[in-house]
Amino acid sequence: MTLLLALAIGALYAAGTYLLLRRSAIRVVFGLALLGYASNLLVFTAGRLSREGPPIVPEGAATAAATSADPLPQALVLTAIVIGFGVQAFALVLLKRTCQEAGTDDVDAMREET
Amino acid sequence: MNLLLVVPLLVPLATAAATILLARSPRAVRAASFAGAAAFLAAAVALLGATLDGTILVTQAGAWAAPFGISLVADRFAAAMVLVAALLLAAVVAYSVRGVDAARERAGYHPLLHVLSMGVSGAFLTGDLFNLYVWFEVMLMGSFVLVSLGGERAQLQGALKYVVLNLVSSALFLAGAGLLYGSVGTLNMADAAVALRELPAQGLPSVVASLFLLAFGIKAAAFPLFFWLPASYHTPPMPVAALFAGLLTKVGVYALVRVLTLVFVRDTAFTGPLLLAVAALTMVTGVLGAMAQGDVRKILSFHIVSQIGYMLMGLGLGTRLALAGTVFYVLHHIVVKANLFLVAGAMRRAGGSFSLDRLGSLLARSPLLAAAFLVPAVSLAGLPPLSGFWAKYLLVRAGLEAGNGTIVAVALAVSLLTLFSMTKIWNEAFWKPAPAGADAAPAPLTTAERASLLGPVLVLGAVTVAIGLGAGVLYRFADAAAAQLLDPDLYVRAVLGARDGRM
Repeated sequence: MTLLLALAIGALYAAGTYLLLRRSAIRVVFGLALLGYASNLLVFTAGRLSREGPPIVPEGAATAAATSADPLPQALVLTAIVIGFGVQAFALVLLKRTCQEAGTDDVDAMREET
Repeated sequence: MNLLLVVPLLVPLATAAATILLARSPRAVRAASFAGAAAFLAAAVALLGATLDGTILVTQAGAWAAPFGISLVADRFAAAMVLVAALLLAAVVAYSVRGVDAARERAGYHPLLHVLSMGVSGAFLTGDLFNLYVWFEVMLMGSFVLVSLGGERAQLQGALKYVVLNLVSSALFLAGAGLLYGSVGTLNMADAAVALRELPAQGLPSVVASLFLLAFGIKAAAFPLFFWLPASYHTPPMPVAALFAGLLTKVGVYALVRVLTLVFVRDTAFTGPLLLAVAALTMVTGVLGAMAQGDVRKILSFHIVSQIGYMLMGLGLGTRLALAGTVFYVLHHIVVKANLFLVAGAMRRAGGSFSLDRLGSLLARSPLLAAAFLVPAVSLAGLPPLSGFWAKYLLVRAGLEAGNGTIVAVALAVSLLTLFSMTKIWNEAFWKPAPAGADAAPAPLTTAERASLLGPVLVLGAVTVAIGLGAGVLYRFADAAAAQLLDPDLYVRAVLGARDGRM
């Protein structure tokens, strides 16, 4: 499972980097989204993938069972997803306005007129 | 719960909320915005006052003991950074009375300033790497909207570059944080610093350190990751550019200093020379880029890059004197650089343009403006007795003591070229007669404009002069801050020792 996810993360990073290097601005924004997903999956995978019990302290006990799953990576990823969603939405709107103003979505063509 | 640490976060948040609620009356928004900035400044002074004796203030959010909860930590360096940020915010808010158009003010300019400040002060005060990521995003969100607010064509194109590069940096930072959590099981900086001592210095910790170096390097605009900065910083209105120029890249530098002096401290044989090489190249490329420009804003933007090199130089040398130089440099630079952008806005108002070809005879038109430009410009170039001289002196002496002549030579040569750039602006904009065929000179500044535009500039200029004349005081402070940075155990004990709930 970890290997599968590692391959998926690698593919996402590769695709994201490729898209970031394109001249078309919409692809650049998609590239950013892919990089974000790749990082999210990386955080998730680096926090260990394991089938354990829920991290809940049983009634009467002082600590949870020794083999409970770590909930923190999921909390981190959730935060990162929410932030990423907001940021990507903003990037899309900014992209739309920029392309409207510049009349092109070619990043190289935009540069000359600033 | 130590209120001193929480108030610098809550005041900007409350001010942002208040300025949104008051949006109908621009006058009330300005008053609330300024009151909020003043309260932030007071909170920052109190915070610095509490850390002056060497105490490291710690509070655990929600009373969850470290490393489980999020720690907020203020040592001397962090508290001083918050104070300069607050000072700058107050200056920018005052400047904005005349420096920003009504349409932008209606569109939420003031709330955004305070959201940005909250992100900045959170990034300075947090003791947790994931929390640092979140504060970065808060800061970035505020800055994204501020940089594109107004929607002029050049501004949008600059904003797009700014947004893309910063998001790449965030993705790298997040990946680094994830890997660090995977290897040591904690993101609390103090706890991670302890846990990393058990691991071999090479291997995964090196990967994580490199990711952080890359992510913070983009934010700090270090060579070769600085291209977004000169492409975007000249586009927004000058008060926004001043706030960005003063604070945002310095948050990157601050994060680098924090991480490399606290968490990743063992591989200095690798990071030291790397940072010095980056520092030298950053200085040189920045200053050469500035020489080729003919627009005041672009010259100043490139100089930000070049100055970042000096800060990294101190971090790369890594001695106590060098770190004191970095602390001194960052504090002095925030004031001076932001001030120059504010002056550029006033030059535009008085001379009608940002372009050196079209400016001229500003000295005759407004001697006060000329004086206001001269102080930060001379300080930036590093002439005595102003603040920049002492900052550079500390770094150069640290370089000589460490026996690294190359970096010292680079630093001095770049300093000379900086002086060249500043004299170029002075000659072209202030001394040269107004070019023939230029647009008719704009009306002279009204009294209200003088108060709003030149008032903050002169206050920041006075701070520069004060730092220059009283350099010994700030040096002793910077030296003490550097001593604190060089002893990570102090930080670790302050954060993790609070486990027993003594704080």
